[in-house]
Amino acid sequence: MTATAPTLDVGLVRAQFPILSTTAHGRPLVYLDSAATTQKPQSVIDRVTRYYERENANIHRGVYALSADATAMHDASRARIARFINAASEREVIFTRGTTESVNLVAQAWGHATLRTGDEIVVTAMEHHSNIVPWQLVAAQRGAVVRAAPVNEAGELDLEGFQRLLTKRTKMVAVVHLSNALGTINPVKRVAELAHAAGALVLVDGAQSVAHLPVDVQDLGCDFFAFSGHKLFGPTGIGVLWGREALLDRMPPWQGGGDMIGTVAVEGSTWAPLPAKFEAGTPHIAGAVGLHTAIDFLAGLDQAAVAAHEHDLLSHATERVGSIPGVRLIGTAREKASVLSFTVEGVHPHDLGTVLDADGICIRAGHHCAQPLMRRFGLVATARASFSLYNTRDDVDALAAGVEKAKGLLA
Amino acid sequence: MSSVSELYQSVILDHNRTPRNYGRLEGDARHARGYNPLCGDECTVWLKVEGDTLADVKFEGQGCAISKASASLMTMAVKGKPVAEAAALAERFHDLVTGKLNEAESQALPARLQVFGNVAQFPVRVKCASMPWHTLKAALAGGDAPELVELK
Repeated sequence: MTATAPTLDVGLVRAQFPILSTTAHGRPLVYLDSAATTQKPQSVIDRVTRYYERENANIHRGVYALSADATAMHDASRARIARFINAASEREVIFTRGTTESVNLVAQAWGHATLRTGDEIVVTAMEHHSNIVPWQLVAAQRGAVVRAAPVNEAGELDLEGFQRLLTKRTKMVAVVHLSNALGTINPVKRVAELAHAAGALVLVDGAQSVAHLPVDVQDLGCDFFAFSGHKLFGPTGIGVLWGREALLDRMPPWQGGGDMIGTVAVEGSTWAPLPAKFEAGTPHIAGAVGLHTAIDFLAGLDQAAVAAHEHDLLSHATERVGSIPGVRLIGTAREKASVLSFTVEGVHPHDLGTVLDADGICIRAGHHCAQPLMRRFGLVATARASFSLYNTRDDVDALAAGVEKAKGLLA
Repeated sequence: MSSVSELYQSVILDHNRTPRNYGRLEGDARHARGYNPLCGDECTVWLKVEGDTLADVKFEGQGCAISKASASLMTMAVKGKPVAEAAALAERFHDLVTGKLNEAESQALPARLQVFGNVAQFPVRVKCASMPWHTLKAALAGGDAPELVELK
């Protein structure tokens, strides 16, 4: 019996993304910056438009049907997200502006109430600034210390080095699931086991992983999981913090305002139950509704076919770009997805970015908000191509041709 | 947008590959460091002022072809010039790369600086060209102490 490898009909997928048939500088758009933000399928664009055209009202307020319906849509999105990440309860799904706000929420609400002088927060040397700086802020407020677990030459987390940092002072381990700068997939389940054995909590930055890896927060064993809608084919300005209900229940509110209260008196107030306790003010309702549709879009595809396609893109890119003389790949982890970070001898990443842009090819050039990681590799910047399910081998070939062109011009 | 060949003219490519006046001045030379936090590029400019004259200028740094060539050509343009003239040229250069000069005004600039006029067509690259000049101004203003120029 032979198993047939599932295949993704990329043409059919691409047809759902209107921006992919536009041009840049007169050339067909080759979008290789999905780690920064993914493009949006027509279904998400239409859903957000329909919401504003026909369904807009504030939630939790009106006694009229329009408001009640908007509330129901907002709730339905939360339920869809809970199912998508296998949360034990919808009460564990908090809407935020994005991954950054989710991390800040935990750093402030949990950290400010919990951390004491000398306590330690362990991050890794491959974190995005948004999983470093919020911890530095609360560490400075509470007299705590931020430490970074080392990364090896391949761009993998050094698990032994990480374990050496775990002590009874460690109160939080904050780790990225899939590195935006390298594509490294971290063994977060193992990290969570080790951290819990040391008595620490675990926050996973899932900004990149949700669009590329199956996420089951209960199986991962973490305590908090943060992600953004806009890297998951959804709108910008909407994101999620998932947290264990018992922990969220014990945490004080972070921001105060409408919707997060029980009763308010000038002498003092009480808080709403989860998830409202952490959702002060009118939320991004259209964003939540759009994210629901974005998750439906992704979940509607054959996951094995998507994974196989993305794996093929990365291997093809590694081969095509990696074999160009003068190219150094940054990040060669055994477990890797969706990102090709590299330097070209004699060609600064920004110049490469400009040359590629002239041919309609969008890549990211810079430090990828991961300066400690760049320092680890003795670099200031890299060029980064990142792939999504709508990319093709032709996109990769265009990138390789562009790198050769830039070399010819500049090196 | 103009074509990339208009941006990367041969004089820019030449100074990127072989920057002039690259290195540092020893002793108590004035210097300032420029840094672009958006991309991480950096540039340090050293000055030796004798009387009212910029007797020597050198630079060091990590950056793209545009910033390296801009720094290299800047040192050539201001070396040996009166301090006031160098400061005025820095202002004119900024006007050039932000597209504020007309053709006649551009042509009044030293010939080798005029190639940077095309940078105005590439808005995201303007800071690459202007950073060395901002750093020069800081060094001119800053006495002996290093001064960090954080560009926004």
